[in-house]
Amino acid sequence: MPEPAELRAGDTAIEVSGLNKSFGATKALDQLDLNVRTGEVHGFLGPNGAGKSTTIRVLLGLLRADSGRATVLGGHPWHDAVALHRRLAYVPGDVNLWPTLTGGEAIDLFARLRGGFDRRRRNELCERFDLDPTKKGRTYSKGNRQKVAIVAALASDVELLILDEPTAGLDPLMETIFAECIREVKGAGRTVLLSSHILAQVEALGDRVSIIRQGHIVESGTLSELRHLTRTSVEAETHRSADGVRDLPGVHNVAVSNGKVHFDVDTEHLDTAVGHLHGLGIRSLVSQPPTLEQLFMRHYGEELAEATNGRGR
Amino acid sequence: MPRAAPKMSTRRDDLAGTATLIRFMLRRDRVRIPVWLAALTLGTVATAQSFGDLYPDAAARQAAAQSMNSPAGLAMTGPSHYLQDYNFGSMLSHQMLGFLGVLVGLMSVLLLVRHSRAEEETGRAELVRASIVGRHAHMTAALSVVAGTNILLAVLLTLGLGGLGVEGITWSGSLLYGAAHAMMGLVFAGVAAVTVQITEHSRGAAGLGLAAIGVAYVLRASGDVGNEAISWLSPIGWAQRTYAYVDNRWWPLLLGLALAAVLVVAGFELSTRRDVGSGLRQSRPGKAAASDVLAHPIGLALRLHRGLLIGFGVAMLLLGASYGSIIGDAEEMLGSVDVLNEALAEIGGASIAESFASMVMVVMVIVASIYVVMAALRPRSEETAGRAEPVLATALSRGRWLGGHLVVVLGGAVVMALLLGLGFGLSGASSMGDTGFLWNILGAALAYVPALWFVAGVAVALFGWLPRGAALAWALPVYGFVVGYLGQILQFPGWMNNLSPFGHVPQLPADELTWTPLVVLTLLAAALIVLGLAGFRRRSVEMT
Ligand SMILES: Nc1ncnc2c1ncn2[C@@H]1O[C@H](COP(=O)(O)OP(=O)(O)OP(=O)(O)O)[C@@H](O)[C@H]1O
Ligand SMILES: [Mg+2]
Repeated sequence: MPEPAELRAGDTAIEVSGLNKSFGATKALDQLDLNVRTGEVHGFLGPNGAGKSTTIRVLLGLLRADSGRATVLGGHPWHDAVALHRRLAYVPGDVNLWPTLTGGEAIDLFARLRGGFDRRRRNELCERFDLDPTKKGRTYSKGNRQKVAIVAALASDVELLILDEPTAGLDPLMETIFAECIREVKGAGRTVLLSSHILAQVEALGDRVSIIRQGHIVESGTLSELRHLTRTSVEAETHRSADGVRDLPGVHNVAVSNGKVHFDVDTEHLDTAVGHLHGLGIRSLVSQPPTLEQLFMRHYGEELAEATNGRGR
Repeated sequence: MPRAAPKMSTRRDDLAGTATLIRFMLRRDRVRIPVWLAALTLGTVATAQSFGDLYPDAAARQAAAQSMNSPAGLAMTGPSHYLQDYNFGSMLSHQMLGFLGVLVGLMSVLLLVRHSRAEEETGRAELVRASIVGRHAHMTAALSVVAGTNILLAVLLTLGLGGLGVEGITWSGSLLYGAAHAMMGLVFAGVAAVTVQITEHSRGAAGLGLAAIGVAYVLRASGDVGNEAISWLSPIGWAQRTYAYVDNRWWPLLLGLALAAVLVVAGFELSTRRDVGSGLRQSRPGKAAASDVLAHPIGLALRLHRGLLIGFGVAMLLLGASYGSIIGDAEEMLGSVDVLNEALAEIGGASIAESFASMVMVVMVIVASIYVVMAALRPRSEETAGRAEPVLATALSRGRWLGGHLVVVLGGAVVMALLLGLGFGLSGASSMGDTGFLWNILGAALAYVPALWFVAGVAVALFGWLPRGAALAWALPVYGFVVGYLGQILQFPGWMNNLSPFGHVPQLPADELTWTPLVVLTLLAAALIVLGLAGFRRRSVEMT
């Protein structure tokens, strides 16, 4: 690759712009932009069928995009596939193993085909994930199949991990261990693209998040930037009627009943809203801190997301 | 264990949901079953109709009977009793029943495996069985569908043949002829009902079923040439011994029905001794780490192809050996033929043993081509099963991944030809006491390797450019089989033979060795493989 690409690779691990991919009549990716910085854990969130796996397959050079640009570690995902694959590891969303190969053989196979491979680390990971590597692929449960792919990816000495819903099927204990491992990976300065449905997981691990819906990124930013987009939920009792709250900027879903008021307010307008309540004489005040859950649900929820899409374009 | 639990379920509960499942299976097979039925019925009716042109008078029929009365002729058709009165009816029964027995068996085995073991393998059966469906419902429904298909085939054959109005093809004979097909179909459905219990994989279950068909066929072939008692061990032999259109004996069918019943009961009994999704054999733990070889693309491919290679290799060796042993019987038969006949046969420069070898070699090679297609489509099944994706996401390039599989496929083709030549040559040489025969046969088998490579090339080209239509590669063995087998009996026109890659191979040892077709086939195979690789490099990896 020419030098400018190498230079850019310094701070950006994955850069995607205007990516399109259709399967017949289905538009799986629609002008998708994505930016993952080197050394960060980037959460990739979205509802079922949003296009997460499709994006990842394009990034791995398994699928050909219809149009748009994608750069992975400074290289072209399709043309430089083999060279790039030496530097990254992938955990598919649905792990399919060979019925006649043992889990241990599958782990070694993936790790060796990738190049770098640390046997001590591999054994240690098998123990941490409580995985029996002598079982045949066919006899593993779903969670254990998933572990095989995770161990193979984590045992490889690579710069970038691309994980497609890696914890689907893992029990809570294993999820915790997985989270530990991801923190170690991040501590070692490696980059992680983590696709998930589970917001809490991304909140706990991610530095930045992109939310995809119908093949398009609808929100992207650091967690605090996104929190800024969320709403605080306020419940208050006031001396005088709080009907006037309805007219304040950034206030939604107001409900007033016998002296109590309940509303959601955009985080940036919280100050104004609370100031207004203050003028009415506050008897009690409960406010829920902003959670990404709300933002997330807003993009999951059909009509709300529709409105967001309209605003975004 | 379900046995130890208090018996709360009644027999009715065991079968709950059968009717729904039958309807569901028929819907899934609304194309497949009619295609099978149409192909088998129309093929038979067309053959019966063509007899009038092929053998216009009694003299022509007598000549045909004479030419069939050779070891090769009888091995590929049926018992010689038919030849005593060689009218159109007995001709049909003699020439087609054995061949169609194989096809009907194939239909039954494939349909049954598809609706039982294959469903379990994908986990769909678990979903179905967890709803209101009795534990025997699945198997009962699958067997009903297959049995119904076979009975319908019998009815269609009876109507189609009886209605032809061809002299010698009587209604009563046609009824028995159709029923004999249904009997063979039911027996092999029973065989499959047992094999699906034994192995965990549908591929293995189908493979065992096909092996049973092969054994049944070879038993009848060797019995019809030599000791007739051997033919009585084979359901295909029973069907042929109804002597439909000649003696119209019904009782051999009872043997088949009894065997089918025993097999079905055994299948149900075995099914209660295992869990849904598993086989009778429990899988054992294996190695905790991979050997160095596995990480090489050829090593990986070899490991994935291992079962198929070994299974098919043994089958080819046995198939060759059993045809080879027939040659000994053939020699005995020669002893009873007068000197003049022997001299006549040798005028073409080939002995009877050699022309026998050339004739059956084509058929055996086409069986080997089934291996080639199965192996060459392996990359496609790896892809659709989602196992190619994680491997191709490593530093293994697409070319090397597919190349690994190809080395095994092309090498496997050579191995199959060698094993079949070895089996045939060794047992033939020992039964005739002529060691030179082995070398002739090995050469004859190896001459087919370029044609097998060509088949692999077609499969790879389809995989690269038309992955969803990759199964079209099956057209080659199917066409090759129809032309190479039936064509020899029914004397198809030359251009039909030329459309098959196997038709271009010199038929050693009877023919002279000519290199041109072998070189051309090899070059074409190479071109197709290069084409396929290029196609695969530029397309998406897909799971559907
Ligand atoms: N090979 C394919 N052929 C046709 N359509 C496809 C194919 N692969 C994906 N799609 C479609 O593209 C869209 C995006 O699918 P994708 O698998 O990327 O979603 P996802 O975000 O990974 O969903 P999930 O969270 O359920 O895994 C869906 O509408 C899906 O049906
Ligand atoms: Mg997905």
